[in-house]
Amino acid sequence: MLRRLHSLPGLLAALFLLILATSGAVLSLSPALERVAATVPARGDVSVADVAARVLQTYPGAEQIERLPSGAVLVYFSVDGNPGADLVDPLTGARLDAYEPPPFFTWMKDLHRAFLLDDPGRAAAGTGAVLMVLMCFSGAFLLASRAGGWRKLLAPIRGTGSQRLHTELARAAVVGLLISALSGAWMSAIRFEWLAEAEELEAEFPAEVAGTPPAPIGTLQALQAVDLRDLHQLIMPFPDDPLDVYSLRTHQGSGFVDQATGQWLSYSDYGSAATLQTFIMELHTGEAWWWLGLILGLAALTVPVLAVTGVMIWWQRRRSMPRLSGNAAASSADTLLLVGSETNATWGFAKTLHDGLTAAGCQVHVAPLNQWSGRYPKAQRLLVLTSTYGDGDAPASASQFQHRLASAPGSNPLPWAVLGFGDRQFDNFCAFADQVAAALEARQWPRILATDYVDRQSGQAFERWCSALGSAIAMPLDLHYTPMRHATRPLLLAEREDYGSAVKAPTSILRFKTAPPHRSLPSFVAGDLVRILPPGSDIPRFYSLASASKDGVLEICVKRQEHGVCSTFLCAMAIGDCADGFIQKNPRFQPARGKGPVILIGAGTGIGPLAGFIRANKSRRPMHLFWGGRLAQSDFLYEHPLQEWLADQRLSGLHTAFSRCPQPAYVQDKLREDSAQVLALLASHGQILVCGGRRMAGDVALALDEMLAPQNLSVAMLKKAGRYIEDTY
Amino acid sequence: MNRLMATTGLLLGLGLSSLAQAREVTITTELNAYRGDGAYLAIYLTDASGKYARTLWMAGGKSKYYKHLLDWARGSGGKRSEYDGMTGASVTSGASLTITVDIDDTLIDAGYLVRVDSAVEDQRENRVDAEVPLTTQGAGTPVAGRGYVKALSYSL
Repeated sequence: MLRRLHSLPGLLAALFLLILATSGAVLSLSPALERVAATVPARGDVSVADVAARVLQTYPGAEQIERLPSGAVLVYFSVDGNPGADLVDPLTGARLDAYEPPPFFTWMKDLHRAFLLDDPGRAAAGTGAVLMVLMCFSGAFLLASRAGGWRKLLAPIRGTGSQRLHTELARAAVVGLLISALSGAWMSAIRFEWLAEAEELEAEFPAEVAGTPPAPIGTLQALQAVDLRDLHQLIMPFPDDPLDVYSLRTHQGSGFVDQATGQWLSYSDYGSAATLQTFIMELHTGEAWWWLGLILGLAALTVPVLAVTGVMIWWQRRRSMPRLSGNAAASSADTLLLVGSETNATWGFAKTLHDGLTAAGCQVHVAPLNQWSGRYPKAQRLLVLTSTYGDGDAPASASQFQHRLASAPGSNPLPWAVLGFGDRQFDNFCAFADQVAAALEARQWPRILATDYVDRQSGQAFERWCSALGSAIAMPLDLHYTPMRHATRPLLLAEREDYGSAVKAPTSILRFKTAPPHRSLPSFVAGDLVRILPPGSDIPRFYSLASASKDGVLEICVKRQEHGVCSTFLCAMAIGDCADGFIQKNPRFQPARGKGPVILIGAGTGIGPLAGFIRANKSRRPMHLFWGGRLAQSDFLYEHPLQEWLADQRLSGLHTAFSRCPQPAYVQDKLREDSAQVLALLASHGQILVCGGRRMAGDVALALDEMLAPQNLSVAMLKKAGRYIEDTY
Repeated sequence: MNRLMATTGLLLGLGLSSLAQAREVTITTELNAYRGDGAYLAIYLTDASGKYARTLWMAGGKSKYYKHLLDWARGSGGKRSEYDGMTGASVTSGASLTITVDIDDTLIDAGYLVRVDSAVEDQRENRVDAEVPLTTQGAGTPVAGRGYVKALSYSL
């Protein structure tokens, strides 16, 4: 709901807001530019009488003196019946320049407030401002709910490229954008008389004047008492008209001054309502505070980027969820089908189940687990399909679920069933599904049927569970699951390097290009995954990427597994052969941004993404690689590039261990050996990225825990702080 | 169109009461080409000494800006009753405004003047931008203005 509240107005208004914000950013330069050219004496230095006297020496026929909010002083005069306006120096009265509102800014202003279309345009601009306010609020709430509370609003942001850029920029700019949008909306509401405008209280027009000969302007007390900084406008009396008066407007009020006595004939404050109104207006234009104008302008500049990334995020999300026809609303659904998925594979199963249940007469609401709200008035059952990320963590679309379940308003006890998706090769098979089940159990909600698991996307296992579910809820569910076809693209093997045959661990570095050759690679960075569909299989296998798309090749590191369908296929490929694959973003496994040191730990083919991180280390932040292989002569992957990267300082330290050499050692031994350095790197805000097999990762964690214990630290604590990230297989 | 309707309203409103001695006067205010938004104009009558007598027309949709037409505001006190039913849109750069009003016969050739005050957003305000004596003889002879007004003329 919150997300809709953010994305709908966003999509509607993206183009409008783009124009509004860009023109606003340009306009924000105007006060600063005016200020640069102006002489601005300190308060107390120059009175209105001083300025007027000086100006009259240069311009005997001056009709009107104005101080612009930027501080520039302006005089209107006529020469031989031709009107003129000049900027003057308030200290000398000398002419600085002819004054003309710059036509470029005038045009920009018209674009900004009315899209050059007068009243209909003004209405559109006002609507844009209101939408912007809505975007700011819904965005802030969205961010807070995703971060897990308002207090965590400033925590580091994780996510893919556009998501992260969008969130970080918006977080930095939201206050400025809110000021601009709220004040703009308010001005528009006044313009269209939806809000009553506070009228400035005006001084009475004087009924009588002294009528005696005028005194020199510099001697007039009322004008001497007003500081130049408070001046808005001084209109001179007509020469030779003893009955005429000075008309003076300041920031606080307006009135009339007698030209003979120099006293106020009448004066009135504008009133606090009108003063507040002017304040808001000047807040919007930045006229009175040029620096604030620039800050607001800078904030506005983020809007074009936010608009583009926002639309991209929306599109990605839209594409990633299968289109469900007849997805029931949360408020009217009798069956909730919530999905936890990292790679979207689980959605395909959810769609099949949704269609089956709907055909059987249920009102099914399908949503990511993260959208749990607790408000399901008609729900009779809760079905959860979820995968697990890494070592028992929640997948992306379920990361908030447990928090939300605990904090959302209590729903009625719902009978539930959980189906886990995973791969039995991994230790913590379907661990997150078990966590969800445990959380539901802890609430003592009735269980419909025992938690079951689907190994490696097995359609049969899924169909079996569905029919068990069907009989448990007395509804025939005879479903047939067809795997989602992924939009793969052919990858052509361009280069291969082979290692490890002497130690019976045949390993290859494979470099692919696109086929046909001149198409560009999909966008990816080292650490992302490529999913390869081996011929004759519907189940993709994933490999960590060792290169970024801008390197021009897609590079992976593969060890041939005994009975491994995909690794055998890949390792047997000849140059020029093709494999089908698609990219899976893996934003979790990335070095955190910044300059802090990075400790890379891996063994065997786990070096792939780590080598990719080093290759991409253009900023030369400290990077240390701990890597374990078997025999330096046989399977030292990336040996030459690593030496080059050491030489050009992309890599600061290389620590290798080999298990089949005369002094066998594993990577964790190397860590223990260099523990002083590891601890020093961690102490200077270093982070650790581990890639490789699960056993190695376990051994590494064990060794690090031993090393960290004296410092009252642990791997678990580093993990929680986002400074210890594993990508294991 | 607006102007036409407003003028008709004006004729009905003002004309009927003093039909006997009233004279129909057409006043044309032509503006210079300047850069900026539409100009606000106050067209009014003063006596020979320059004292405000009566409002003839206010051009400009927002009455809150009328105070910038300073001499008119001073003379009329800026009171709504002075210009009720006598307002229209602001006049854009280079355009001209023609109004038809009924003026008492007694005011013609009696030293009265037709005067225009003008103002444009963020720009100069002109008190007495243009002024022309209301005489039988002077009809049809345009007078130049000092500000936004290029020429002011009337026909009886």
